[in-house]
Amino acid sequence: MFLSFRHIGLLLELWVSVLSITAVWAQPDVQRRLQTQLILAEDGDVIELPAGRMEFTNTLWLDGKRRITLRGAGTDRTVLSFRHQQQGAEGLKITNAADVVIEGFTIENGRGDLIKAQQVQGLVLRNIKAQWTGKPRKTNGAYALYPVQCVRVRIERCTTVGASDAGIYVGQSDSVWVNGCLAYHNVAGIEIENTTNAWVWSNTARDNAGGILVFDLPDLPKKRGGRVLVWKNEVVHNNHRNFAPKGNIVANVPPGTGIMVLATREVEVAENALRNNRTASTAIVSYHLSRLPIQDTAYVPYPSEVYVHHNTYCTSKRKPTWKHRLGFLLWWKFGRRPPHILYDGLTAPGTSEERLCIQHNENGSYANLNAAQNFKQISRHVAPHDCSLPLLPRPE
Amino acid sequence: MLHHTIARCPCCLGQNKSLLLACGLMAAALVLAAFDWPAPRPKQRLSEYGFFVGPLAQLQPAADVLSYEVNAPLFSDYAEKARFIALPPGTRMLFRAQGPFDFPEGSVLIKNFFYFHKKQNPEQGRRIVETRLLVREAEGWRALTYVWNAAQTEAFLEVAGAEMPVEWKDATGKRRTLHYQVPNINQCKGCHATDGQLVPIGVTAAQLLRRRDDAYPLAQWVAAGRLAVGDKAQLTDAVPLADYENPTLPIEARARAYLHANCAHCHNARGPASTSGLFLEASQTDPMRLGVNKPPVAAGRGSGNRKYSIAPGKPHESILLYRMEQDDPGIRMPELGRQVVHREGVELIRQWIHQLAAP
Repeated sequence: MFLSFRHIGLLLELWVSVLSITAVWAQPDVQRRLQTQLILAEDGDVIELPAGRMEFTNTLWLDGKRRITLRGAGTDRTVLSFRHQQQGAEGLKITNAADVVIEGFTIENGRGDLIKAQQVQGLVLRNIKAQWTGKPRKTNGAYALYPVQCVRVRIERCTTVGASDAGIYVGQSDSVWVNGCLAYHNVAGIEIENTTNAWVWSNTARDNAGGILVFDLPDLPKKRGGRVLVWKNEVVHNNHRNFAPKGNIVANVPPGTGIMVLATREVEVAENALRNNRTASTAIVSYHLSRLPIQDTAYVPYPSEVYVHHNTYCTSKRKPTWKHRLGFLLWWKFGRRPPHILYDGLTAPGTSEERLCIQHNENGSYANLNAAQNFKQISRHVAPHDCSLPLLPRPE
Repeated sequence: MLHHTIARCPCCLGQNKSLLLACGLMAAALVLAAFDWPAPRPKQRLSEYGFFVGPLAQLQPAADVLSYEVNAPLFSDYAEKARFIALPPGTRMLFRAQGPFDFPEGSVLIKNFFYFHKKQNPEQGRRIVETRLLVREAEGWRALTYVWNAAQTEAFLEVAGAEMPVEWKDATGKRRTLHYQVPNINQCKGCHATDGQLVPIGVTAAQLLRRRDDAYPLAQWVAAGRLAVGDKAQLTDAVPLADYENPTLPIEARARAYLHANCAHCHNARGPASTSGLFLEASQTDPMRLGVNKPPVAAGRGSGNRKYSIAPGKPHESILLYRMEQDDPGIRMPELGRQVVHREGVELIRQWIHQLAAP
């Protein structure tokens, strides 16, 4: 038999890949050790993750514990990789727990969500990098950091990259603090959904399809969100293509969205810097704009008591996205200069106006899109919204 | 106290086989060292409980151990199951029309998972892979898993889960292989949870009452003094689930029984999937809660580019069916306990959605 160098190279490669498969099958030892620690942990324990790269094939799961700290040696030193995951829809899952601190590591490439916390009273996620590596793909998992049905959540100094839904997604929770985080190359950078008393402040959301979203959705056990402060964030160049799988609500967010408030009440958007979000720097919209049916009779699809003030806007001339009908509409009506603050103008039947106040924004051009009249008679007069609302409490 | 530090393994694992072996042994030693269970200590071997008489693998129940079957079983990668209830001597369980029966402290629910070597010819033997216990303690239920040895003489306690290759010939005579997954005890709770508490799933009136003969096996249990029924009217209040494998039954009843048994343990208002707003109990009457024209909440790529959980008349536009048809862990449903697609289940739900009329 004749073997060229190329053949030998191929054989070598095959041999190496056989060895690396062996390594993958050997890895459940790490899995087993850490999972056993999580199961046997006693309340108050600190579980240290050493520096190094660890491969997992199954969800790591902490359930029913109190005062547990899971601590890595730093985001650049401890890496939990799930690229060979075979079981479970999360990387790390925390359920039915209280006062849990997760900090100091990178977690990446899970098949579903990276860190999910459900029914946790008191959760701190600090100095975590949660990412899908490589080009953002629709096959990436939905959420990088995903607290749901939690109370007292602090997400601090975390970085999220590549989520096919939202980098930081807080759903159906109360008393939430998202601070000092960086989100990029996600479909949504930060999303607060059906959540009450949330402070989203001093974060950077850049190069996502949408920067910061505050949503209220129908048909959920926790009905209404509200009292959400979006304050002093940098929301920059969120013009990434929207790679969310269809069917998900964020798949409807136009690329080029800075901050979007959908159907939520008591939202304050203040002192943010919004730059170069090409389509909708700030949008205040109703759920009806998604054109999805509503069967939940208790659901209010309109935003109300929204106060947009003291934000700064700056957009270099660039046409709104053509990849979304709203972007196309804006391009059609305004060309390369879409207004920075957009309101769909939809109100509950029988009421004239939901309370929306817009004041003291730098370069804050405005349009009421008058969606009820099929986007005809668009109004540019912000005067009807020259009012103020009580300020939400600031984080201490 | 345990020392919570993961030993460092060289990252060049796999380049050197002896190193690999050494690392494996070290890890095994660590697991053993870490094994310090808080009291009361569960038994290390299944045989120590005395649930079975004679050779363990024959699963012959002892005097106080009752055997039972359910109307609509959960699909578990084509594993067969043998189910038993061990009650403390002289005690009874209490009938409930809704939800699991009440059990006295010390009761144990026992579920053995096995594969016939040849499904077409069960006499040729079987391999038992694991036995799961739900133990009723004073504070609540505890889940334990025991993994069987290759010789089928004993099963050993395993808290962190396990994985093993299994092989069998299926109902069509085709050879099937699988890396069987034994859940860790947190994963047990992934399904067995109501309001965050561990609870049984299968020991309900809906699963144990028979459609044709209300008597079996509950009447025998009542007669034997092992089951108390407070109010006899409760017996008629309870609606039994259909046997979804029986093609002579109406498709609606079969499909709803299938969804109840395979999805509703999470997908109910008090279960782990309450976040989704998709509730699939057999008693659910609200079409939107069942997923009809309901957009997903946090499905991610589980949506498969489809808009609604159930699009009536359009199985191929329904997210619910898509997630049943997938085996990717980030997409498939149920999340736990299924690696391969349940073809018969998919076909049943496909037919059911197909015949649903648009509301």
